[in-house]
Amino acid sequence: MGMRVLVEYEKCCGAGQCVMVAPKVFDQRDDGIVVLLDETPPPEQYKAVQEAVTVCPGAALRLEESA
Amino acid sequence: MSSESSDQVLDYPLRAPSALEPPAEWAQLRQGCPVAHIRLPSGDKAVLLTRYNDVRQVLSDPRFSRNLAQDGAARITTNEGGSVFENPEAASLAGGESHQRWRRLINRAFTVKRIQALQTKIEAMANQLVDAMVKKGPPADLVSEFAFPLPVWVIADLLGIAVDDRDKLAYWSNAMLTMTQFTQEEVNRAQMEFAQYFMGHIAAKRANPGDDLLSELITATDKEDVLTERELLMTGQGILVAGHETTSNMIGKMMSMLLADRSRWEQLLANPSLIRTAVEESLRFDANMGFGLPRFISEDTEVAGQPLPRGTTVVCSMSSANRDESFFEGAGEMKLDRAPNAHITFGAGPHSCLGQALARTELQTTLQVLLKRLPTLELAVKPEELPRREGLLVGGIEKVLVRW
Repeated sequence: MGMRVLVEYEKCCGAGQCVMVAPKVFDQRDDGIVVLLDETPPPEQYKAVQEAVTVCPGAALRLEESA
Repeated sequence: MSSESSDQVLDYPLRAPSALEPPAEWAQLRQGCPVAHIRLPSGDKAVLLTRYNDVRQVLSDPRFSRNLAQDGAARITTNEGGSVFENPEAASLAGGESHQRWRRLINRAFTVKRIQALQTKIEAMANQLVDAMVKKGPPADLVSEFAFPLPVWVIADLLGIAVDDRDKLAYWSNAMLTMTQFTQEEVNRAQMEFAQYFMGHIAAKRANPGDDLLSELITATDKEDVLTERELLMTGQGILVAGHETTSNMIGKMMSMLLADRSRWEQLLANPSLIRTAVEESLRFDANMGFGLPRFISEDTEVAGQPLPRGTTVVCSMSSANRDESFFEGAGEMKLDRAPNAHITFGAGPHSCLGQALARTELQTTLQVLLKRLPTLELAVKPEELPRREGLLVGGIEKVLVRW
Protein backbone atom coordinates (compact mmCIF):
# COMPACT_ATOMS: atom_id res chain seq x y z
CA MET A 1 0.00 0.00 0.00
CA GLY A 2 1.37 3.38 -0.96
CA MET A 3 0.39 6.96 -0.60
CA ARG A 4 -1.29 9.16 -3.16
CA VAL A 5 -1.11 12.97 -3.40
CA LEU A 6 -4.37 14.78 -4.11
CA VAL A 7 -4.55 18.37 -5.32
CA GLU A 8 -7.53 20.73 -5.36
CA TYR A 9 -6.28 23.04 -8.07
CA GLU A 10 -8.91 25.73 -7.56
CA LYS A 11 -7.60 26.26 -4.02
CA CYS A 12 -3.98 26.70 -5.12
CA CYS A 13 -2.80 30.27 -4.59
CA GLY A 14 0.62 29.75 -6.15
CA ALA A 15 2.66 30.50 -3.02
CA GLY A 16 5.14 27.78 -3.95
CA GLN A 17 5.59 26.39 -0.44
CA CYS A 18 5.21 22.83 -1.71
CA VAL A 19 7.94 23.39 -4.30
CA MET A 20 10.28 24.69 -1.62
CA VAL A 21 9.54 21.82 0.77
CA ALA A 22 9.22 18.86 -1.64
CA PRO A 23 10.74 19.81 -5.01
CA LYS A 24 10.82 16.20 -6.22
CA VAL A 25 7.06 15.93 -5.95
CA PHE A 26 5.81 19.44 -6.76
CA ASP A 27 6.56 22.07 -9.35
CA GLN A 28 4.76 25.22 -10.52
CA ARG A 29 3.39 26.42 -13.83
CA ASP A 30 4.50 29.84 -15.08
CA ASP A 31 1.49 31.38 -13.33
CA GLY A 32 2.39 29.76 -10.03
CA ILE A 33 -0.24 27.03 -9.97
CA VAL A 34 1.00 23.69 -8.67
CA VAL A 35 2.14 20.88 -10.96
CA LEU A 36 2.14 17.41 -9.46
CA LEU A 37 5.33 15.64 -10.60
CA ASP A 38 4.75 12.40 -8.77
CA GLU A 39 1.24 11.38 -7.76
CA THR A 40 2.45 8.31 -5.85
CA PRO A 41 5.81 9.37 -4.40
CA PRO A 42 8.24 6.88 -2.86
CA PRO A 43 8.22 6.47 0.96
CA GLU A 44 11.36 8.58 1.43
CA GLN A 45 9.31 11.54 0.17
CA TYR A 46 6.38 11.09 2.59
CA LYS A 47 7.81 13.33 5.30
CA ALA A 48 8.44 16.21 2.88
CA VAL A 49 5.05 15.75 1.22
CA GLN A 50 3.31 15.69 4.59
CA GLU A 51 5.06 18.92 5.47
CA ALA A 52 3.95 20.45 2.17
CA VAL A 53 0.37 19.37 2.90
CA THR A 54 0.46 20.93 6.36
CA VAL A 55 1.99 24.26 5.36
CA CYS A 56 0.07 24.84 2.11
CA PRO A 57 -1.55 28.28 2.63
CA GLY A 58 -4.47 27.36 0.38
CA ALA A 59 -5.07 23.96 2.04
CA ALA A 60 -5.04 22.60 -1.50
CA LEU A 61 -3.08 19.37 -0.87
CA ARG A 62 -3.86 16.02 0.71
CA LEU A 63 -1.95 12.79 1.18
CA GLU A 64 -4.06 9.65 1.23
CA GLU A 65 -3.45 5.94 1.37
CA SER A 66 -3.91 4.36 -2.01
CA ALA A 67 -5.04 0.79 -2.54
CA MET B 1 -21.05 37.49 23.43
CA SER B 2 -22.22 35.92 26.62
CA SER B 3 -19.31 36.37 29.01
CA GLU B 4 -19.01 39.25 31.46
CA SER B 5 -16.20 40.71 29.42
CA SER B 6 -18.62 41.34 26.59
CA ASP B 7 -18.99 45.00 27.47
CA GLN B 8 -15.30 45.51 27.63
CA VAL B 9 -13.79 47.21 24.60
CA LEU B 10 -10.03 47.02 24.20
CA ASP B 11 -8.06 49.82 22.59
CA TYR B 12 -6.30 48.43 19.53
CA PRO B 13 -3.44 47.91 18.71
CA LEU B 14 -2.58 46.32 22.05
CA ARG B 15 0.67 47.34 23.68
CA ALA B 16 3.39 44.72 24.21
CA PRO B 17 5.94 44.96 27.05
CA SER B 18 8.89 45.02 24.63
CA ALA B 19 9.76 44.69 20.95
CA LEU B 20 10.16 40.91 21.13
CA GLU B 21 7.42 39.98 23.61
CA PRO B 22 3.71 39.44 22.96
CA PRO B 23 1.03 41.61 24.58
CA ALA B 24 -0.17 39.97 27.82
CA GLU B 25 -3.79 40.05 26.57
CA TRP B 26 -3.29 37.51 23.77
CA ALA B 27 -3.14 34.41 25.95
CA GLN B 28 -6.17 35.61 27.95
CA LEU B 29 -8.17 36.37 24.83
CA ARG B 30 -7.35 33.04 23.21
CA GLN B 31 -8.40 31.36 26.43
CA GLY B 32 -11.58 33.22 27.30
CA CYS B 33 -12.58 35.73 24.67
CA PRO B 34 -11.73 34.56 21.16
CA VAL B 35 -14.03 37.14 19.57
CA ALA B 36 -13.08 40.37 21.35
CA HIS B 37 -14.47 43.87 20.90
CA ILE B 38 -11.86 46.49 20.06
CA ARG B 39 -11.69 50.19 19.34
CA LEU B 40 -9.45 51.22 16.42
CA PRO B 41 -7.34 54.41 16.38
CA SER B 42 -10.14 56.06 14.35
CA GLY B 43 -12.57 55.42 17.21
CA ASP B 44 -14.49 52.88 15.08
CA LYS B 45 -15.38 49.52 16.58
CA ALA B 46 -14.18 46.16 15.30
CA VAL B 47 -13.72 42.60 16.45
CA LEU B 48 -10.37 40.90 17.15
CA LEU B 49 -9.65 37.21 16.48
CA THR B 50 -6.70 35.63 18.29
CA ARG B 51 -7.04 31.84 17.88
CA TYR B 52 -5.28 29.91 15.12
CA ASN B 53 -8.32 28.12 13.72
CA ASP B 54 -10.53 31.23 13.80
CA VAL B 55 -7.95 33.46 12.13
CA ARG B 56 -7.26 30.83 9.50
CA GLN B 57 -10.98 30.30 8.85
CA VAL B 58 -11.73 33.98 8.25
CA LEU B 59 -8.58 34.68 6.21
CA SER B 60 -9.26 31.65 4.00
CA ASP B 61 -12.89 32.56 3.35
CA PRO B 62 -13.04 33.90 -0.22
CA ARG B 63 -16.24 35.83 0.58
CA PHE B 64 -14.51 38.28 2.86
CA SER B 65 -12.25 40.96 1.51
CA ARG B 66 -9.70 43.22 3.13
CA ASN B 67 -11.21 46.14 1.33
CA LEU B 68 -12.43 48.61 3.95
CA ALA B 69 -13.41 51.25 1.39
CA GLN B 70 -17.06 50.28 1.58
CA ASP B 71 -20.16 51.36 3.44
CA GLY B 72 -20.27 50.28 7.04
CA ALA B 73 -16.65 49.17 7.27
CA ALA B 74 -14.56 50.50 10.14
CA ARG B 75 -11.83 52.98 9.34
CA ILE B 76 -8.45 52.24 10.79
CA THR B 77 -7.33 55.84 11.23
CA THR B 78 -8.86 59.23 10.68
CA ASN B 79 -6.12 60.26 8.25
CA GLU B 80 -7.79 61.93 5.33
CA GLY B 81 -6.10 59.60 2.82
CA GLY B 82 -7.00 56.50 4.79
CA SER B 83 -4.79 53.44 5.15
CA VAL B 84 -3.60 51.06 2.46
CA PHE B 85 -6.74 49.04 3.25
CA GLU B 86 -9.01 51.86 2.17
CA ASN B 87 -7.63 52.43 -1.31
CA PRO B 88 -10.53 51.93 -3.72
CA GLU B 89 -8.28 51.53 -6.76
CA ALA B 90 -6.25 48.74 -5.23
CA ALA B 91 -9.53 47.21 -4.13
CA SER B 92 -10.71 46.85 -7.69
CA LEU B 93 -8.01 44.20 -8.08
CA ALA B 94 -8.68 42.68 -4.69
CA GLY B 95 -11.79 40.58 -5.12
CA GLY B 96 -13.21 37.63 -6.99
CA GLU B 97 -12.29 36.71 -10.52
CA SER B 98 -10.40 39.87 -11.36
CA HIS B 99 -8.22 39.18 -8.34
CA GLN B 100 -7.52 35.65 -9.49
CA ARG B 101 -6.59 36.79 -12.99
CA TRP B 102 -4.36 39.53 -11.66
CA ARG B 103 -2.75 37.21 -9.16
CA ARG B 104 -1.92 34.54 -11.73
CA LEU B 105 -0.29 37.18 -13.85
CA ILE B 106 1.83 38.59 -11.02
CA ASN B 107 2.60 35.10 -9.73
CA ARG B 108 4.82 34.68 -12.78
CA ALA B 109 7.42 36.82 -11.07
CA PHE B 110 7.22 35.00 -7.76
CA THR B 111 7.39 31.33 -8.63
CA VAL B 112 10.03 29.39 -6.74
CA LYS B 113 11.95 28.86 -9.98
CA ARG B 114 12.10 32.59 -10.68
CA ILE B 115 13.04 33.44 -7.10
CA GLN B 116 15.76 30.81 -6.97
CA ALA B 117 17.23 32.28 -10.13
CA LEU B 118 17.32 35.61 -8.31
CA GLN B 119 19.04 34.13 -5.25
CA THR B 120 22.61 34.65 -6.49
CA LYS B 121 21.87 38.34 -7.01
CA ILE B 122 20.32 38.65 -3.55
CA GLU B 123 23.40 37.01 -2.08
CA ALA B 124 25.68 39.45 -3.90
CA MET B 125 23.60 42.40 -2.63
CA ALA B 126 23.74 41.07 0.94
CA ASN B 127 27.52 40.64 0.67
CA GLN B 128 27.87 44.16 -0.66
CA LEU B 129 25.98 45.52 2.35
CA VAL B 130 28.13 43.47 4.75
CA ASP B 131 31.30 44.73 2.98
CA ALA B 132 30.23 48.29 3.80
CA MET B 133 29.48 47.39 7.43
CA VAL B 134 32.85 45.68 7.84
CA LYS B 135 34.70 48.56 6.25
CA LYS B 136 33.13 51.01 8.71
CA GLY B 137 33.66 48.67 11.63
CA PRO B 138 31.45 47.80 14.62
CA PRO B 139 29.08 48.74 16.09
CA ALA B 140 26.60 48.82 13.21
CA ASP B 141 22.87 49.31 12.97
CA LEU B 142 21.66 46.17 11.27
CA VAL B 143 18.40 47.88 10.31
CA SER B 144 19.63 50.96 8.45
CA GLU B 145 22.82 49.34 7.11
CA PHE B 146 21.40 46.00 6.01
CA ALA B 147 17.73 45.22 6.61
CA PHE B 148 16.28 48.43 5.17
CA PRO B 149 18.25 48.54 1.89
CA LEU B 150 18.30 44.82 0.97
CA PRO B 151 14.60 44.30 0.10
CA VAL B 152 14.33 47.59 -1.76
CA TRP B 153 17.39 46.70 -3.82
CA VAL B 154 15.77 43.38 -4.64
CA ILE B 155 12.46 45.02 -5.62
CA ALA B 156 14.28 47.61 -7.72
CA ASP B 157 16.01 44.79 -9.55
CA LEU B 158 12.73 42.92 -9.98
CA LEU B 159 11.06 45.98 -11.48
CA GLY B 160 14.07 46.84 -13.64
CA ILE B 161 14.74 50.11 -11.78
CA ALA B 162 18.23 51.61 -12.06
CA VAL B 163 20.65 51.32 -9.14
CA ASP B 164 20.82 55.13 -8.92
CA ASP B 165 17.07 55.36 -8.28
CA ARG B 166 16.98 52.88 -5.42
CA ASP B 167 17.21 55.51 -2.66
CA LYS B 168 14.26 57.44 -4.06
CA LEU B 169 12.27 54.24 -4.19
CA ALA B 170 13.13 53.49 -0.55
CA TYR B 171 11.92 56.92 0.57
CA TRP B 172 8.59 56.70 -1.29
CA SER B 173 7.97 53.24 0.02
CA ASN B 174 8.64 54.36 3.57
CA ALA B 175 6.34 57.37 3.24
CA MET B 176 3.50 55.41 1.63
CA LEU B 177 3.36 52.80 4.38
CA THR B 178 4.64 54.28 7.63
CA MET B 179 1.68 56.56 8.10
CA THR B 180 2.53 57.90 11.52
CA GLN B 181 6.04 59.14 10.71
CA PHE B 182 4.97 61.40 7.90
CA THR B 183 2.43 64.19 7.51
CA GLN B 184 -0.50 63.57 5.20
CA GLU B 185 1.04 66.11 2.85
CA GLU B 186 4.30 64.14 2.69
CA VAL B 187 2.42 60.91 2.10
CA ASN B 188 0.42 62.49 -0.73
CA ARG B 189 3.55 63.95 -2.28
CA ALA B 190 5.37 60.60 -2.09
CA GLN B 191 2.42 58.90 -3.73
CA MET B 192 2.35 61.49 -6.50
CA GLU B 193 6.10 61.43 -7.11
CA PHE B 194 6.15 57.65 -7.18
CA ALA B 195 3.21 57.57 -9.62
CA GLN B 196 4.92 60.07 -11.89
CA TYR B 197 8.21 58.22 -11.77
CA PHE B 198 6.64 54.82 -12.27
CA MET B 199 4.46 55.88 -15.21
CA GLY B 200 7.63 57.15 -16.90
CA HIS B 201 9.35 53.90 -16.04
CA ILE B 202 6.49 51.87 -17.58
CA ALA B 203 6.72 53.93 -20.77
CA ALA B 204 10.48 53.40 -20.92
CA LYS B 205 10.11 49.65 -20.43
CA ARG B 206 7.38 49.51 -23.05
CA ALA B 207 9.73 51.13 -25.53
CA ASN B 208 12.74 49.10 -24.41
CA PRO B 209 11.79 45.88 -22.62
CA GLY B 210 14.41 44.24 -20.38
CA ASP B 211 14.47 40.87 -18.64
CA ASP B 212 12.73 42.23 -15.53
CA LEU B 213 9.26 41.50 -14.16
CA LEU B 214 7.79 44.80 -15.26
CA SER B 215 8.82 44.22 -18.88
CA GLU B 216 7.32 40.76 -18.71
CA LEU B 217 4.08 42.10 -17.28
CA ILE B 218 3.87 44.74 -19.96
CA THR B 219 4.45 42.22 -22.72
CA ALA B 220 1.95 39.79 -21.18
CA THR B 221 -0.47 42.66 -20.76
CA ASP B 222 -0.10 43.83 -24.33
CA LYS B 223 -0.66 40.29 -25.52
CA GLU B 224 -3.65 39.45 -23.38
CA ASP B 225 -4.90 42.95 -22.69
CA VAL B 226 -5.42 42.37 -18.99
CA LEU B 227 -3.78 45.14 -17.01
CA THR B 228 -4.33 48.82 -17.73
CA GLU B 229 -1.59 51.40 -17.24
CA ARG B 230 -3.22 52.34 -13.96
CA GLU B 231 -3.32 48.72 -12.82
CA LEU B 232 0.36 48.33 -13.69
CA LEU B 233 1.03 51.31 -11.46
CA MET B 234 -1.05 49.89 -8.60
CA THR B 235 0.83 46.61 -9.03
CA GLY B 236 4.24 48.31 -8.86
CA GLN B 237 3.17 50.29 -5.83
CA GLY B 238 1.69 47.17 -4.25
CA ILE B 239 4.89 45.20 -4.71
CA LEU B 240 6.87 48.05 -3.20
CA VAL B 241 4.73 48.69 -0.11
CA ALA B 242 4.02 45.01 0.49
CA GLY B 243 7.55 43.80 -0.10
CA HIS B 244 9.85 46.43 1.27
CA GLU B 245 9.10 47.46 4.81
CA THR B 246 7.59 44.14 5.83
CA THR B 247 10.72 42.24 4.77
CA SER B 248 13.06 44.89 6.22
CA ASN B 249 11.29 44.69 9.54
CA MET B 250 11.31 40.92 9.49
CA ILE B 251 15.08 40.82 8.89
CA GLY B 252 15.56 43.12 11.89
CA LYS B 253 13.23 41.09 14.08
CA MET B 254 14.61 37.72 13.00
CA MET B 255 18.18 38.80 13.76
CA SER B 256 17.08 40.29 17.09
CA MET B 257 15.31 37.08 18.13
CA LEU B 258 18.26 34.91 17.11
CA LEU B 259 20.79 37.12 18.91
CA ALA B 260 18.67 37.93 21.97
CA ASP B 261 19.36 34.38 23.13
CA ARG B 262 22.75 33.80 21.55
CA SER B 263 22.51 30.02 21.92
CA ARG B 264 20.12 30.21 18.94
CA TRP B 265 22.78 31.88 16.80
CA GLU B 266 25.34 29.33 17.97
CA GLN B 267 22.99 26.49 17.08
CA LEU B 268 22.82 27.86 13.53
CA LEU B 269 26.60 28.33 13.34
CA ALA B 270 27.04 24.70 14.33
CA ASN B 271 24.31 23.50 11.99
CA PRO B 272 23.57 25.79 9.03
CA SER B 273 21.20 23.20 7.57
CA LEU B 274 18.70 24.58 10.09
CA ILE B 275 18.48 27.88 8.19
CA ARG B 276 15.24 27.02 6.41
CA THR B 277 13.33 25.91 9.51
CA ALA B 278 14.89 28.71 11.58
CA VAL B 279 13.46 31.27 9.14
CA GLU B 280 10.00 29.67 9.42
CA GLU B 281 10.24 29.63 13.20
CA SER B 282 11.31 33.29 13.25
CA LEU B 283 8.25 34.10 11.13
CA ARG B 284 6.03 32.19 13.54
CA PHE B 285 7.60 33.51 16.74
CA ASP B 286 7.50 37.17 15.72
CA ALA B 287 5.23 38.77 18.31
CA ASN B 288 5.55 42.22 16.84
CA MET B 289 3.88 41.81 13.49
CA GLY B 290 1.83 44.97 13.72
CA PHE B 291 -1.81 45.51 13.12
CA GLY B 292 -2.89 42.16 11.66
CA LEU B 293 -5.13 41.70 8.65
CA PRO B 294 -8.59 43.28 8.52
CA ARG B 295 -11.56 41.60 6.87
CA PHE B 296 -14.97 43.07 6.15
CA ILE B 297 -17.72 40.54 6.88
CA SER B 298 -20.10 40.96 3.97
CA GLU B 299 -22.46 38.08 4.87
CA ASP B 300 -23.61 36.76 8.25
CA THR B 301 -21.24 34.08 9.46
CA GLU B 302 -20.05 32.30 12.59
CA VAL B 303 -16.65 32.09 14.23
CA ALA B 304 -15.75 30.11 17.35
CA GLY B 305 -19.44 29.30 17.77
CA GLN B 306 -20.38 32.96 17.89
CA PRO B 307 -22.35 34.83 15.26
CA LEU B 308 -20.49 37.48 13.26
CA PRO B 309 -23.14 39.66 11.69
CA ARG B 310 -22.81 41.16 8.24
CA GLY B 311 -21.16 44.57 8.41
CA THR B 312 -18.64 43.60 11.09
CA THR B 313 -15.03 44.57 10.60
CA VAL B 314 -12.71 41.85 11.85
CA VAL B 315 -9.03 42.16 12.66
CA CYS B 316 -7.13 38.87 12.40
CA SER B 317 -4.06 38.67 14.63
CA MET B 318 -1.73 36.26 12.89
CA SER B 319 0.92 36.83 15.58
CA SER B 320 -1.44 35.69 18.29
CA ALA B 321 -2.65 32.77 16.18
CA ASN B 322 0.97 31.71 15.72
CA ARG B 323 1.31 31.48 19.51
CA ASP B 324 -1.85 29.40 19.97
CA GLU B 325 -0.92 26.56 22.34
CA SER B 326 -3.78 24.42 21.09
CA PHE B 327 -2.23 24.36 17.62
CA PHE B 328 1.55 24.61 18.16
CA GLU B 329 3.28 22.37 20.66
CA GLY B 330 5.43 24.52 22.93
CA ALA B 331 4.05 27.62 21.22
CA GLY B 332 5.86 29.93 23.61
CA GLU B 333 9.28 28.47 22.78
CA MET B 334 11.41 29.22 19.75
CA LYS B 335 12.49 25.87 18.27
CA LEU B 336 14.75 26.36 15.28
CA ASP B 337 14.11 22.86 13.93
CA ARG B 338 10.29 23.02 14.16
CA ALA B 339 8.76 21.17 11.18
CA PRO B 340 6.16 21.24 9.89
CA ASN B 341 5.48 24.83 10.81
CA ALA B 342 2.11 25.96 9.53
CA HIS B 343 2.37 29.54 10.82
CA ILE B 344 0.08 32.06 9.14
CA THR B 345 2.39 35.05 9.07
CA PHE B 346 1.77 35.32 5.33
CA GLY B 347 -1.97 34.89 5.77
CA ALA B 348 -3.93 31.97 4.33
CA GLY B 349 -6.24 31.24 1.44
CA PRO B 350 -6.61 33.03 -1.88
CA HIS B 351 -5.11 36.28 -0.56
CA SER B 352 -2.10 34.81 1.20
CA CYS B 353 1.09 36.73 0.54
CA LEU B 354 2.03 36.71 -3.11
CA GLY B 355 5.70 37.40 -2.41
CA GLN B 356 6.25 34.82 0.29
CA ALA B 357 8.77 32.77 -1.69
CA LEU B 358 10.78 35.95 -2.26
CA ALA B 359 10.55 36.97 1.41
CA ARG B 360 11.67 33.50 2.49
CA THR B 361 14.61 33.57 0.09
CA GLU B 362 15.67 37.01 1.31
CA LEU B 363 15.51 35.87 4.94
CA GLN B 364 17.36 32.63 4.23
CA THR B 365 20.04 34.47 2.26
CA THR B 366 20.40 37.01 5.06
CA LEU B 367 21.17 34.19 7.47
CA GLN B 368 23.53 32.40 5.10
CA VAL B 369 25.55 35.55 4.49
CA LEU B 370 25.61 36.86 8.06
CA LEU B 371 26.47 33.46 9.58
CA LYS B 372 29.36 33.11 7.16
CA ARG B 373 30.66 36.66 7.18
CA LEU B 374 30.02 37.72 10.80
CA PRO B 375 29.94 34.56 12.95
CA THR B 376 30.85 36.53 16.09
CA LEU B 377 27.82 38.79 15.67
CA GLU B 378 26.06 39.85 18.89
CA LEU B 379 23.57 42.44 20.05
CA ALA B 380 25.20 45.63 21.37
CA VAL B 381 22.06 46.46 23.40
CA LYS B 382 19.89 44.54 25.82
CA PRO B 383 17.02 42.77 24.01
CA GLU B 384 14.41 44.52 26.18
CA GLU B 385 15.85 47.87 25.13
CA LEU B 386 15.49 47.33 21.39
CA PRO B 387 13.49 50.38 20.25
CA ARG B 388 10.16 49.61 18.56
CA ARG B 389 9.23 51.21 15.29
CA GLU B 390 6.18 53.36 15.86
CA GLY B 391 4.46 52.60 12.58
CA LEU B 392 0.80 51.70 12.78
CA LEU B 393 0.37 48.83 10.36
CA VAL B 394 3.64 46.93 10.26
CA GLY B 395 5.54 46.12 13.44
CA GLY B 396 9.28 46.42 13.53
CA ILE B 397 12.39 47.49 15.39
CA GLU B 398 13.79 50.94 14.74
CA LYS B 399 17.42 50.11 15.31
CA VAL B 400 19.29 46.87 15.98
CA LEU B 401 22.77 47.78 17.20
CA VAL B 402 25.24 44.91 16.76
CA ARG B 403 28.96 44.26 17.06
CA TRP B 404 31.22 41.42 15.99
